[in-house]
Amino acid sequence: MLPKAIKEKYELVVGLEVHAQLLTNSKMYTSDSTEYGNLPNTNISVITLGHPGTMPKVNKRAVEFAMRMGLACHSEITRRNIFARKNYFYPDLPKGYQITQDKGPICVGGQVPITLASGEEKSIALTRIHMEEDAGKSMHLAGEVDTLVDFNRAGVPLIEIVSEPDIRTSEEAYAYLVEIKKLVRYLDICDGNMEEGSLRCDANISVRLFGDPELGKKVEVKNMNSFRNVARAIEHEFERQIELIESGTEIISETRTFDATTGTTASMRTKEDLNDYRYFPEPDLSPVVISEEWLSGIKAAMPALPRELHHKFVHTYGLPEYDASVLTDSKEIALFFEKLCTETENYKAASNWMMGPVKSYLNELTLHISDFPVTPEKLAALIHLIDDGKVSFTVASQKLYPEMLKNGQKQPLEIAQDLNLIQESDENSIKPIIEQILSENSKKVEEYKSGKKGLMGMFMGQVMKKSQGKADPKVASRILTELLEND
Amino acid sequence: MTKYRSFDDIKKSLENKETNCQAIVEYYLQNIQTKAHLNAFVEVYELSAKQQAERIDQKLHSGSAGKLAGMVVAIKDVLCYEGHGANASSKILSGFESQFSATAVQKLVDEDAIIIGRLNCDEFGMGSSNENSAHGKVLNAIDETRVPGGSSGGSAVAVQANLCTVSLGTDTGGSVRQPAAFTGLVGVKPTYSRVSRYGLIAYASSFDTIGIFSTNVKDNALVMEVIAGPDEFDSTVSRKPVPNYSELLHFGKPVKIAYLKETLDSEALQPEIKKHTMDILQKLKNEGHEVEQVSFPLLDYVLPTYYILTTAEASSNLSRFDGVKYGYRTPNAHNLESMYKLTRSEGFGEEVKRRIMLGTFVLSASYYDAYFTKAQKVRRLIKEFTEDLLDKYDYIIMPTTPSTAFKFGEHSNDPVAMYLEDLFTVQASVSGVPAISVPNGTDKDGLPIGLQIMANSFKEAELYAFADYITKHVN
Repeated sequence: MLPKAIKEKYELVVGLEVHAQLLTNSKMYTSDSTEYGNLPNTNISVITLGHPGTMPKVNKRAVEFAMRMGLACHSEITRRNIFARKNYFYPDLPKGYQITQDKGPICVGGQVPITLASGEEKSIALTRIHMEEDAGKSMHLAGEVDTLVDFNRAGVPLIEIVSEPDIRTSEEAYAYLVEIKKLVRYLDICDGNMEEGSLRCDANISVRLFGDPELGKKVEVKNMNSFRNVARAIEHEFERQIELIESGTEIISETRTFDATTGTTASMRTKEDLNDYRYFPEPDLSPVVISEEWLSGIKAAMPALPRELHHKFVHTYGLPEYDASVLTDSKEIALFFEKLCTETENYKAASNWMMGPVKSYLNELTLHISDFPVTPEKLAALIHLIDDGKVSFTVASQKLYPEMLKNGQKQPLEIAQDLNLIQESDENSIKPIIEQILSENSKKVEEYKSGKKGLMGMFMGQVMKKSQGKADPKVASRILTELLEND
Repeated sequence: MTKYRSFDDIKKSLENKETNCQAIVEYYLQNIQTKAHLNAFVEVYELSAKQQAERIDQKLHSGSAGKLAGMVVAIKDVLCYEGHGANASSKILSGFESQFSATAVQKLVDEDAIIIGRLNCDEFGMGSSNENSAHGKVLNAIDETRVPGGSSGGSAVAVQANLCTVSLGTDTGGSVRQPAAFTGLVGVKPTYSRVSRYGLIAYASSFDTIGIFSTNVKDNALVMEVIAGPDEFDSTVSRKPVPNYSELLHFGKPVKIAYLKETLDSEALQPEIKKHTMDILQKLKNEGHEVEQVSFPLLDYVLPTYYILTTAEASSNLSRFDGVKYGYRTPNAHNLESMYKLTRSEGFGEEVKRRIMLGTFVLSASYYDAYFTKAQKVRRLIKEFTEDLLDKYDYIIMPTTPSTAFKFGEHSNDPVAMYLEDLFTVQASVSGVPAISVPNGTDKDGLPIGLQIMANSFKEAELYAFADYITKHVN
């Protein structure tokens, strides 16, 4: 470990390159399916395989997905999009070049706001977002001498989101990735699954002395398959690079790979043997021109974004920051909650139900909110039953709610009636019960009257027990107090 | 048997019931066999041609035949035809069969043309003599000691020797027009993007066009109107409507013609060709057309621009031939890198390797701006100059080639001398405008001379009409 005093002299500088696999049905430049998990080399055609004479064709939907991301990040949308070839040889790259964007990416600039654990807000500027195609996968099967290639993934649309070197801590990097994942999921353009590789991240990491206007030599780190590993890799690089500088060794610009088991990075290739990609404009694709009409159509169809919803939950619904964060963590939960809030104005109660009983049910059965058996309308009806004093919260959460989970078709009121759970708030029917309890417990009544006020809870418990939980606690408590104090 | 020299001859015979498609196919198959030593064909589709003929005869009988019924077409070995070999005359594609048809080929088939085989050419369309072919050289039928031109040499000789009615070639820098000139045929390079490139094995994508060889202008125009037009598989192809060129061959009004001083003053130009070109210009003047000399100061830059940009694109286009997925793979590899290197070293011919090296060089980081970027700028200058000129003049006229067909081996040791063969044809390729080569007499050895006419982009109708007029009334 580095001494704190030395570490504190240095500033960490990180820029992230995130590849997001787009959720289109077909590939970036062909109509081949993008379905995941099919048998190797079944989502292919002569175009995917780069057969001689074939030509690419741009998937309009992928362009729209890239536009959505750009609009969400407040990037400038490039109107005339040209594509470029990035040339290199690799068996999983069927054409010997990747069709990507070089000069003139579809989204220029923009930013991604992040919130740190301290509550501090920061904005990470974007350099660009561009469209490109994925490569296939090399497979090394046991007992097989040759490397085999599966081209199902070749040509699957990607966007690459490139940040400015604005990130200063591993926590910021983590928060940035969480935000990106949330954004792509809210936008329905990527499932955001880093473990499965639909979201991939490379980090450009350098260090410099605080106050130094020049950036240090950057090291690119690859092969981090989780947000946590990105943070670990950054921490490791930060220390490694400081140690090098402190020991007077020059940092070399290189590509390093992260090893999750040791938490360290190792050199993959140095700049000298980097590929010269020989980018040039792709002559097989005509430019994709984004008209005013197309752009405004996409703008109009933009879904609500997590930060907007968070703001609304806090400022319109008056929820605590914490509630808003939990509720906007996933798009589906947030939208369920939004629906719920169109049915009830008791927003805090709605939030409590979502964060409590609803989430615990989903977690327990590892279900998705789309599998939740109770509709927002019925959950709102349940909240109304409580608010109207028809059932107590306890009865609602312990008896009615479990029944609703079993039978999503029925209205909560109907279930409550069937199970005889409707709360008794009629004084005339509660009073006799209380009178009976008091007469059966004359000794306790005496004790109460002599100052043991704590017995109130015991009396209430008896009332609830005897009424089978149906007595409205407010009414019962009032009558109880009246009878005990009056004598 | 009758000798068919045009599609009109064939149609007349069919209408008069003197023949049928099966007999026509037999006729060409016979010719192909007799002239096999010319080496124009790489593969003859005897069986499928006969089957098509039979099917089209039935359609003719029932009155449902397409407009090319009776036409027998052969295609250059860089055009894909489903279920048939496509080797681009390269060892690296040996044994490769295409799983789809080029759009242009499919459009011909849809109009009931019969595809009789595929034709020899320079490897991947790189060459001006058809000497760079894995299938061996093609002989010029007019003098078998001479080259037919290239790269579409087989396509030229197939029509020249009457082995098919018309043929498809490809023209990236003159590969249809130059061999058409060397064999005394009509050869057209359309406007870039007029004909879909889908199914054309790419050499230089921003230059490649599919062109047509024929004995006369009308056949050429007819085939062009069939193969041109939009295609969902090629996003770069033009959506402009395609006129029926073959019905628009009337030529009446006087026109304005420019000829370029530098082309006629060129040292490389054979004097007889100059004389024939001047003669035509004089005749046109006599016919009442306005003929003016114009200076083209950029002529010296046309070839370097062309070779920098085409080799750059070629180096990338040919990357897919790596031994991984199809075609030739070296048996001598011991790891991935040696598989790549040996496959490509053994699979490609010398000229192709030269151009891949050149193209890789001009795109490399240290030389990118000095070559590639600069060439892109010069290309724009040439294109603007040419288009401006064609706004002021209806046509530009020049010789198609500096010389007539040369002997085998004449330029083999000097690639630059070979590249000079393209001196007059590359301007239209760099600019994207359409150009046609029509016969313009012969030299003292009886070798055909070509006259090249260029028109502005998408003016194929005007180009064909003028070419038809020249071949029929002026020459």
